[in-house]
Amino acid sequence: MRKVFSRTRNCETYMENIKRSRINHVSSEISDEIVADDLELIRSCFQCGTCTGSCPSGRRTALRTRSVIRKALLGIDQVLDDPDIWLCSTCYTCFERCPRKVPVTDIIIKLRNLATQKGRILTPHKALTHLLIDTGHGVPINEKKWSDLRESYDLNPLPPTVHSSPKAVKEIQTLVNSLEFDKLVEYKPPEKDSKKEESKKEESLKSADEKPMRKSRKIMVKK
Amino acid sequence: MSHEEVIPPEYSFYLGCVIPNRYPFVEQATRNVMNELGVRLKDMEGASCCPAPGVFRSFDIPTWLTIGARNVSIAEENKADIMTMCNGCYGTLLEVNHQLTHDEQKRTFVNEQLKKIDRKFAGSVKVKHLAEVLYKDLGINTIRDAVTRTLGGLKCAVHYGCHLTKPSEIRPWDGECEDPKFFDELVEVLGCESVAYRDKQMCCGAGGGVRSAIKEVSLDFTRHKLEMMREAGAECIVVMCPFCMLQLDLGQIEVNGIFKDEISGPFAFPVFYYTQLLGLAMGMHPNELGLIKRHDLKGVPPYVNQEPLLTQIFQKLGYDYKQLQKQSVKAVS
Repeated sequence: MRKVFSRTRNCETYMENIKRSRINHVSSEISDEIVADDLELIRSCFQCGTCTGSCPSGRRTALRTRSVIRKALLGIDQVLDDPDIWLCSTCYTCFERCPRKVPVTDIIIKLRNLATQKGRILTPHKALTHLLIDTGHGVPINEKKWSDLRESYDLNPLPPTVHSSPKAVKEIQTLVNSLEFDKLVEYKPPEKDSKKEESKKEESLKSADEKPMRKSRKIMVKK
Repeated sequence: MSHEEVIPPEYSFYLGCVIPNRYPFVEQATRNVMNELGVRLKDMEGASCCPAPGVFRSFDIPTWLTIGARNVSIAEENKADIMTMCNGCYGTLLEVNHQLTHDEQKRTFVNEQLKKIDRKFAGSVKVKHLAEVLYKDLGINTIRDAVTRTLGGLKCAVHYGCHLTKPSEIRPWDGECEDPKFFDELVEVLGCESVAYRDKQMCCGAGGGVRSAIKEVSLDFTRHKLEMMREAGAECIVVMCPFCMLQLDLGQIEVNGIFKDEISGPFAFPVFYYTQLLGLAMGMHPNELGLIKRHDLKGVPPYVNQEPLLTQIFQKLGYDYKQLQKQSVKAVS
């Protein structure tokens, strides 16, 4: 039976030649995490740069995919703090073109998971996760005009999704809670009435004191 | 042979987020066109966000897998394969379904979670994109036969979108992702011309959480694509993904603003979802295809005005846009 990423499995014979002992000196906590997630072909990267050359984001930003992969393999922690890993639009062009079948895009996604665990999730992204937990949709109907728009095209004001089923929203919340995703993205359930106002005040005081650790770095857009 | 009863093809209709909640006319057009083609669509009651592969998968893979599996389990209850209209949803649901069918460890993990909400992932359905349903399941010849009038050589810039063809290994296009042809063929059977433009397979820029967090970068992708489409003489853009649609539609207005001094002039390409044009070529009424605006809501799609181009197209088909609009507003009120 073909396993998850058959592209990784197809290369088993030559993977045998890339023995752990041979590349032990470049193994790191980060690369171990990546390898543990079925992405062991990161070790076969020979730094040719096809990924960087194919990258539509790298053409206009500081993202250098080849360098991201190298840093991940060498375990240079800074790669997780680097905002560049969030510039990938996950178009999978590098993934398709890599002559060594390195699943580049999936590795970047894995790095983002590790970065999120370090609290490096970007603020707008965190807000999106809260929408998902509150409504079950990443892009919900949160204004009347959206249900009015549906009606103008002869559709029910709410689609037959989580929007029509409070039970379904509960199911999402149960899963999110059980997987501790809510903790990961610092989600707090909406509180009721008077309590809400107070906690809002506290919140704003808090956030004034605790500035996020993230370095602000301007992203270059080439002209 | 002739005694065999023809069972109409049936799919679990996965809506996602952007289509039902922002671009509902795509939902309307697709429901009506599929009905006309004799395809039965079963709603997926209580389905959630897929969850989006660029954002939610980037934050926590186990959560992404589990919520994705919950959506698949709804289709399993429906006993019908999934049909999605969105490349992002396709990316998630196909990958989740593939991983969980092939990896017992992951499946066990996910099913332990799903048990808490009385659900189970069994791996009994397939995940298909609308493009696959049209081109392969029904077949391009069926589409060709369903077309009753031509759209008069309308010059279309076809935008595939990344996750429709990539990663190619688990998709039905025989590994082709650098120069696929199926979408162009689907557009050309309508009597349209699919114009060749540079960097056609390039990303629109919206994915991977780039639009939501670093919008200027995502719009620079879009700016480039729009310039290439203009250079090739396109009259409109045709998509099969609502997130690409949003980026190319609303994105045009945004590009016209922030890149004002760098572009060769403001862009005004109407963006159509494929089923809207397909329905028109099948002889369906524009009102069934979400092509007539009959509301006065502000700040809603389509953001680029479609009226001038539609007026031209409609003239060839014997409709009058203004008159249709008047009639349909009356009919609604």
